[in-house]
Amino acid sequence: MSFLSYLINGISLGSVYAIIALGYTMVYGIAKMLNFAHGDVIMVGAYISYCVTESLGLPPIVSVLAAMVVCTVLGMTIERFAYKPLRSATSLAVLITAIGVSYLLQNLALLIWGSTPRSFKSIVSNMNSVKLFDGRLTISAEAIVTIIACIVIMVALTLFTSKTKMGKAMRAVSEDKGAAQLMGINVNVTISVTFAIGSALAAIAGVLLCSAYPNLLPTTGSMPGIKAFTAAVLGGIGSIPGAMLGGIVLGIIEIFAKAYISTQLANAIVFAVLIIVLLVKPAGLLGKQIKEKV
Amino acid sequence: MKKLNKLTKNSFLSYGVVIAFYIVMQILIGGGMVSNSLKGQLIPICAYVIMAVSLNLTVGILGDLSLGHAGFMSVGAFAGVIVSTTMRFNGIESDIVRMIVAVIVGALVAAVFGILIGIPVLRLKGDYLAIVTLAFGEIIKDILNCLYIGIDEGGLHFKGSAEKLVLGEGGKVIVNGPMGATGVNKISTFTAGIVLVLITLFVVYNLTNSRTGRAIMSIRDNRIAAESVGINITKYKLMAFVTSAALAGCAGVLFGLNYSTVVASKFNFNTSILVLVFVVLGGMGNMFGSVIAAAMLTVLPEMLREVGDYRMLAYALVLILVMIITNNDTLKTYGDLIKEKFRFGKSERKGAEAK
Repeated sequence: MSFLSYLINGISLGSVYAIIALGYTMVYGIAKMLNFAHGDVIMVGAYISYCVTESLGLPPIVSVLAAMVVCTVLGMTIERFAYKPLRSATSLAVLITAIGVSYLLQNLALLIWGSTPRSFKSIVSNMNSVKLFDGRLTISAEAIVTIIACIVIMVALTLFTSKTKMGKAMRAVSEDKGAAQLMGINVNVTISVTFAIGSALAAIAGVLLCSAYPNLLPTTGSMPGIKAFTAAVLGGIGSIPGAMLGGIVLGIIEIFAKAYISTQLANAIVFAVLIIVLLVKPAGLLGKQIKEKV
Repeated sequence: MKKLNKLTKNSFLSYGVVIAFYIVMQILIGGGMVSNSLKGQLIPICAYVIMAVSLNLTVGILGDLSLGHAGFMSVGAFAGVIVSTTMRFNGIESDIVRMIVAVIVGALVAAVFGILIGIPVLRLKGDYLAIVTLAFGEIIKDILNCLYIGIDEGGLHFKGSAEKLVLGEGGKVIVNGPMGATGVNKISTFTAGIVLVLITLFVVYNLTNSRTGRAIMSIRDNRIAAESVGINITKYKLMAFVTSAALAGCAGVLFGLNYSTVVASKFNFNTSILVLVFVVLGGMGNMFGSVIAAAMLTVLPEMLREVGDYRMLAYALVLILVMIITNNDTLKTYGDLIKEKFRFGKSERKGAEAK
């Protein structure tokens, strides 16, 4: 029974990674940049939600919406002022700028909210956990909400990219920026919308993450950010189902490694699995292997 | 001077600046004009300069993005601490001898790790390679965090947990898991640091300015073309990567033996990124740029201490602004225009001199 409960915890943690990884992978697919500041947007989302519930006393759902709005605006602002001037620069220059933005967000959060950890109140604290098999298996409300949120987001994003005009524009831009522009697609707007969606997802992920692990610090976002980036690469960066699969696989491995092998070495095991997968499949689990033409 | 090529000029400039910096610092220290905080920064500056130059070999010359360079630094640091403590335990007290042996062993151990990591990693490309180096850096950090090492009459003991580490009479714990290596005998000196910086520059400049170096750069510029003219990609890539790892190991020894406590989590992802920032800001492939950027940016947070809490905020803003100013197309065009004018004036003057 403990195996099942670990599995569910793993899927739940993996769902959070998957939601964050979606933001990474979409931005990578379209702007061809590693947005290292993404992890810190998660942290900002969690702090906004915390402030709205604690200081203003509003219901959790409002706090989630507020976090999403703030993060969307934040994501678009970052894109406009830090990344857009570097559209034609080398990817390394953009990477360093993203790291600069990450430092900026962490230190702003440090100035605003201080370095004392805040204990985040779960958004589903009024819901009861589900008990199965005569109470031998307990599934926390957080896990259920996280998994459902992940499935909803996944379905919505798939529909969005395949059915809507904006979604199609995104796919076109990620395939060939120049050709997309020639077809009359506004590349700048498309990139901006991608950042907006990615950041809104980051806000949701932040709230879900802190509901399960209620220790909120200005550096809360960095490790999940790196893990989600790993998940995106594991699944094949640029691919939306890949990010989902990578996230969930990573979450399950992490929880199992913690439960059965060693808590200290859990991260090392996660990264070792990534290395082994990349050696066998160099473009990730679901990534397309593009042949080089000479 | 005219006959010297760009690289030779760049190398003389680097050696000159490093030596000048050393002399100026020695005079200032002799005159008591250096604040304690700056004096404490001198050895870390040297270590970070070595890190930046060695990473520049991987990123700028070989053209592969590495996000786990701090891993090699930590391997070097721990190897150096173990060697230095072991030698002291066995009665070798001379600081210089211990430092030299520690640096050599640290570099060798880091090089072995470089080979182990390089063989799988260098088969990948671009961002995949970057993430795998990041993963290796984190793995090294986590493993070092669970390592317990002690020494007694029976020699060195490596164990996976604190309980298993049982030492004989007069034994000494060197590395204590997550607490790191404690009670390290500080033997790094500013002179040793400068010597190591000069050796690093010498190695990297000579490597770049050789047949091997040109082969490595040809892989960076066009891998397929390089392969088709018969360059062994794996061999040259590995050569550059391992050299870079060994130099990072030296930096680690210097850094580790400068503090009484060395913790593995000091060499995390953020340290790797910090060094990458030095490389990119200094200019990829430009070793002199790396030296200056590493020295400046190590001192900058100290100098920004006046603005107090806003220190790291200012650092982040400076970083973003510098990247935008140096890489934005519109701004670059203006910069090129100014440069062109400058160059035009210069060549005219030269023409006049010739007459």
